[in-house]
Amino acid sequence: MFEKILIANRGEVALRIQRACRELGIKTVVVHSEADREAKYVKLADESVCIGPPPSSASYLNIPAIISAAEVTDAEAVHPGWGFLAESPDFAERVVQSGFVFIGPKAETIRILGDKVNAKNAMKKAGIPVVPGVDEPLPQEPNEVVKIARSIGYPVIIKAAGGGGGRGMRVVHTEAALLTAVQTTRAEAQAAFGNAAVYLEKYLENPRHIEFQVLADRFRNAIHLGERDCSMQRRHQKVIEEAPAMHIHPRGRIRIAERCAEACHKIGYEGAATFEFLYENGEFYFIEINTRLQVEHPVTEMITGIDIVQQQIRIAAGERLRIRQRDVQFRGHAIECRINAEDPYRFTPSPGRITSFHMPGGPGIRVDSHAYNGYFVPPNYDSLIGKIIAYGDTREQAIARLSIALSETVVEGIKTNIPLHQELLLDAAFLRGGTNIHYLEQKLAKLAREE
Amino acid sequence: MDLRKIKTLIDLVQQSGIAELEITEGEERVRISRGGAGVPTAVPAAPAMTAVPVVPSAAAAPGAAAAPEAEPVPEGHVIRSPMVGTFYRSSAPGAKAFVEVGQAVKAGDTLCIIEAMKLLNEIEADQDGIVKAVVVENGQPVEYGEPLFILG
Repeated sequence: MFEKILIANRGEVALRIQRACRELGIKTVVVHSEADREAKYVKLADESVCIGPPPSSASYLNIPAIISAAEVTDAEAVHPGWGFLAESPDFAERVVQSGFVFIGPKAETIRILGDKVNAKNAMKKAGIPVVPGVDEPLPQEPNEVVKIARSIGYPVIIKAAGGGGGRGMRVVHTEAALLTAVQTTRAEAQAAFGNAAVYLEKYLENPRHIEFQVLADRFRNAIHLGERDCSMQRRHQKVIEEAPAMHIHPRGRIRIAERCAEACHKIGYEGAATFEFLYENGEFYFIEINTRLQVEHPVTEMITGIDIVQQQIRIAAGERLRIRQRDVQFRGHAIECRINAEDPYRFTPSPGRITSFHMPGGPGIRVDSHAYNGYFVPPNYDSLIGKIIAYGDTREQAIARLSIALSETVVEGIKTNIPLHQELLLDAAFLRGGTNIHYLEQKLAKLAREE
Repeated sequence: MDLRKIKTLIDLVQQSGIAELEITEGEERVRISRGGAGVPTAVPAAPAMTAVPVVPSAAAAPGAAAAPEAEPVPEGHVIRSPMVGTFYRSSAPGAKAFVEVGQAVKAGDTLCIIEAMKLLNEIEADQDGIVKAVVVENGQPVEYGEPLFILG
């Protein structure tokens, strides 16, 4: 087992990783920008290294600075968290070349699965259903593009091959709009990802977002930890997540989950993986795989009792998975609210100093947050300041506990989206369960019109 | 006992003000005592020790016994580290330091080297001045923004 791990991230995930390390008796080195000097996990770390000024490009995306920090502190392994360099094959490669263990899959795996077209093809070969579409980058010839779109059938969605996480996508409903849309998306993709390759898929009108968690070790043991429903989204950013997913036949879910574990086993995946699907009319369609820890991992941890971050560390340390598939039990229901520092209805970011901070507690309540009373939320990074997760024997109990918890929560000095969460927990469709990925935006539009 | 452990022990002796420390681990024993010049030296006691005997200069390079709470840092223009790495006062071990306290420097003069990922980066003065203080010690790891020199 490692003696010292460098945490190459910030905010809530840095604290999460630190907690897992401390439980395993591993010393932590936290790297931080100048803007994060006062972070809770920086103060709790065994060692901390300032790696740059506030801008991410100079700090959390600064590969030489991070590797240098690992060198001067004699760290053994690097945990990349999520976002930033977590899915950068270059980072993974350089970490390993510099003599450290990268807590995640091999750089080559990240590279292959990071290209969305390649990932789809790999999944198709593994017998996993994918969104109907043409899984090669679109040719330049306009006539070919029109032909391909016709073969799929409108509406179609143009996706950047090097994109992901909800970025670099555009929907086209009619042929007239197709070619301009393709051109624009190519240009955006080039600017955002350095890769202008785009591909076309069928656009599903009312899908739900269902994803599956897998753990795989170096010895090709792979298990799944069930699914999560992350359909409550705004602009492709998840707002509320839960496990398990409602109103889906268990056999259908298990079959897909097993295929995902099998795919990891076949490709020699090491670490934690999440397979994202769109689910519509009883069918699952693969969209992408994330080769890292996900923000919403707690809901899976609550219903399985398995510490996913700890498993990531153990797998990276060369341990065999001690959990067999038949050992994985799913009990109860868990729901997570992402607490963002933003205006609850305008979504404008709200950085600044938290003047009053009180988190809830009680049975079945878990709070994952790096914030504290007096903490200054920096303006330079994303707005996630914490997650409140509720667990219950049933979904109804989880919702009741979450509502009570939100009513006890106090965050003053900045705006948060807590009022939005409170409203969503009263929403009839949400209470019934099974809302699709457009539901929240439609609800917000309705609320805006009613104003 | 490996080199890392011995280095940690040396740092411990330095920071704590202990005069002498002896540790036995199984067949191996290490005794560290502060030398006359205040630089702790590690003396492997048991010949059965398998680790390479410590070369005091390498591990003790963090410099003279650390003064508890340094004297107040003089006023002036602070030169801060632009990167994470290891600070060296000269271009090579044993070579003369680039600058000494009291020396006049011009903008563009090399003040020190910061080693990061096996690359040696020369850090230059960004203005003219006299070196009033060298804030970090030779061989010390530095982080982004850490004060290195004060120019007056």
